[in-house]
Amino acid sequence: MATETLTGAQALIRSLEMLGVDTVFGLPGGAILPTYDPLMDSTKVRHILVRHEQGAGHAAEGYAAASGKLGVCIATSGPGATNLVTAIADAHMDSVPMLAITGQVNSFAIGTDAFQEADIVGITMPITKHSFLVTKAEDIPGVIAAAYEIATTGRPGPVLVDVAKDAQNAKFEFSWPPKVDLPGYKPVTDPHGKQVQAAAELILKSHKPILYVGGGVIRAGANKELLKLAELLHAPVTTTLMARGAFPDSHPQHLGMPGMHGTVPAVTALQKSDLLITLGARFDDRVTGDVKSFAKGAKVIHVDVDPAEIGKIRHADVPIVGDAKVVIAMLISEIEAQLKKTKPDYSDWWVFLNGLKERYPLGYNDLDDGKLAPQYVIERIGELSGPEAVFAAGVGQHQMWSAQFIKYERPNSWLNSGGAGTMGYSVPAAMGAKVAQPDRLVWAIDGDGCFQMTNQELATCTINNIPIKVAIINNSSLGMVRQWQTLFYNSRYSNTDLNTGTDTAMVPDFVKLAEAYGCLGIRVEKLEEVDAAIKLAMETNDRPVVIDFIVGRDAMVWPMVPAGVSNDAVQYARDAAPIWDGEE
Amino acid sequence: MTQHVLSLLVENKPGILTRVAALFARRGFNIESLAVGTTEVEGVSRMTVVVGLDGQPLEQVTKQLNKLINVLKIVELEDDASVARDHMLIKVRTDASTRSQVLEAVTLFRARVIDVVSDSVVIEVTGDAAKCQAFIKVLEPFGIKELVQSGAIAISRGSKSMSEKVLR
Repeated sequence: MATETLTGAQALIRSLEMLGVDTVFGLPGGAILPTYDPLMDSTKVRHILVRHEQGAGHAAEGYAAASGKLGVCIATSGPGATNLVTAIADAHMDSVPMLAITGQVNSFAIGTDAFQEADIVGITMPITKHSFLVTKAEDIPGVIAAAYEIATTGRPGPVLVDVAKDAQNAKFEFSWPPKVDLPGYKPVTDPHGKQVQAAAELILKSHKPILYVGGGVIRAGANKELLKLAELLHAPVTTTLMARGAFPDSHPQHLGMPGMHGTVPAVTALQKSDLLITLGARFDDRVTGDVKSFAKGAKVIHVDVDPAEIGKIRHADVPIVGDAKVVIAMLISEIEAQLKKTKPDYSDWWVFLNGLKERYPLGYNDLDDGKLAPQYVIERIGELSGPEAVFAAGVGQHQMWSAQFIKYERPNSWLNSGGAGTMGYSVPAAMGAKVAQPDRLVWAIDGDGCFQMTNQELATCTINNIPIKVAIINNSSLGMVRQWQTLFYNSRYSNTDLNTGTDTAMVPDFVKLAEAYGCLGIRVEKLEEVDAAIKLAMETNDRPVVIDFIVGRDAMVWPMVPAGVSNDAVQYARDAAPIWDGEE
Repeated sequence: MTQHVLSLLVENKPGILTRVAALFARRGFNIESLAVGTTEVEGVSRMTVVVGLDGQPLEQVTKQLNKLINVLKIVELEDDASVARDHMLIKVRTDASTRSQVLEAVTLFRARVIDVVSDSVVIEVTGDAAKCQAFIKVLEPFGIKELVQSGAIAISRGSKSMSEKVLR
């Protein structure tokens, strides 16, 4: 094989190029300096200089979540690396394919408490799919290729590669492709045929099945197969927070989102079901509520590419380890074959479900203080932007409303921090998504709390011509925490007031802040200004746009199942439980 | 609490012990003992982990361990199909009047004296956990000055080898 003499740093960049990486988000520093030199000359890899490494991490996540490709971020040693930690943890919880490259002090200085030294491999062990410390230049291509494979296959996740500075500087004979030897890594993607057959039998015997769809379906790119399966069965579908967009919201079989803030039809359908057809979902506590009383009468088919998810929370009657796309396709042919013999009849089930859909649609009320209803703002953003747009939310009330009131028709159009619940995700994630898909309209729907955690990346957006739209749902408080204080702490509002509203100290003034960052800043306080502002934002593409929507702070997210209680106790609105006619 | 003996074949890479131990800690599984050393295959180490489980299924432990990239294979070694041994070094107080009784115990337990001074002896003993505990009980009245114990190491009975299928 032909070889070429390269430094470790040159080999690192060349390896990324060979793997097809076209964008990296990062910020240089001492221990990663050697790598930044050849990066400057690369014509294939675009580097986007962020203002904080956490922003690089979330941008890599947003890039990955919007495109389905690997997201890459780079930081220096010590604090540069530790600033990536939150984003790495976030990617780990939400199975985002991500490669985090960090510089490390010289190999001979490791362990001496050298300047900007941190044991980032040790720190990130519990929050990465795998991590590598590289101390020899010749190991770099193999490690980068291995990291790529681990991050993007099986259940995707973040992989950290920590490269000592002397390994970046040393020269060696580079050749491609390197030998990737991972004897302990064999993700199972093809399921057992017998298990698929057993699942099909169970489905056709059931009377009240529901397709419980999780983020795994999106990561596997299995949305077309899911649609086909759902229509073949004419079974109801619920998509979790991580799976919004995996199944079209406009589809009549869609019951909406399950869980703590799920729709009454979705929450109730799971509770009353006799069979959960679980696809790439993991029985998260925000979905199940009290596990013991969750879907008590249901058998469970559990499809997941990660065997450890099966049986972790809920026993599976039919466990299937495999890639959702492969499994669903097999399930379809199996069911098609069996349908020739038996036809299931779900008509009674649909009578019940349609009754719920009719009686308990998602909704909201106008507010007593005359301020804008946040749900209305978010709904209008969704309606005016349409299903081809990308929406990245922060964490809290605005996130739940965005999951509820925007209608998602395609996968990878909804980006959020589901598992980790990372405030500050949305602005950098939207930036990453816009870089991955420059032709799409990309919204960051953020809260006034979240926005203040990572808004420095607006500078990155302006300077690099990444015209994202930011909608701040400004209720001048940490809204979700405030909602819990209202409901569970006697309205004692301990430390949730942020003073960003128009009738407060208004620090900071988000419009002025936006302008300082070179963005178009718009303030909206009245109903009649909402559409015009959204349209103006959509028309403005020479710079990022920030709309400060001043909304009422007393709006709450409904429906709601209080934490830790049974999903049977779902509240449609405050102190309003759904009424069951004669149903148990 | 139930006890299980797990044997892990792992790639001998830096940090592997931390990865395994930290996984136990963060998932809330108890390690009763852990012994690690090299094997007949270069680059491959073997860990014997005695796990104490409080209601959690063993399956979760093995599945989570299997997710570690450097873990090659995991088997549970069941009591009746395997042998497990602990190794112990014990420093016991002796004098002219007690030395012969201590030596008698050493013979009975098929242990060995490996160091003698005027007022104490160092004894090594190998056996399953029950034998080691019984030996400690017998020696206690004389005065145990120091005791050090390895974690259990275990191997399956019969001619099959754990490393056969995983490794070339």
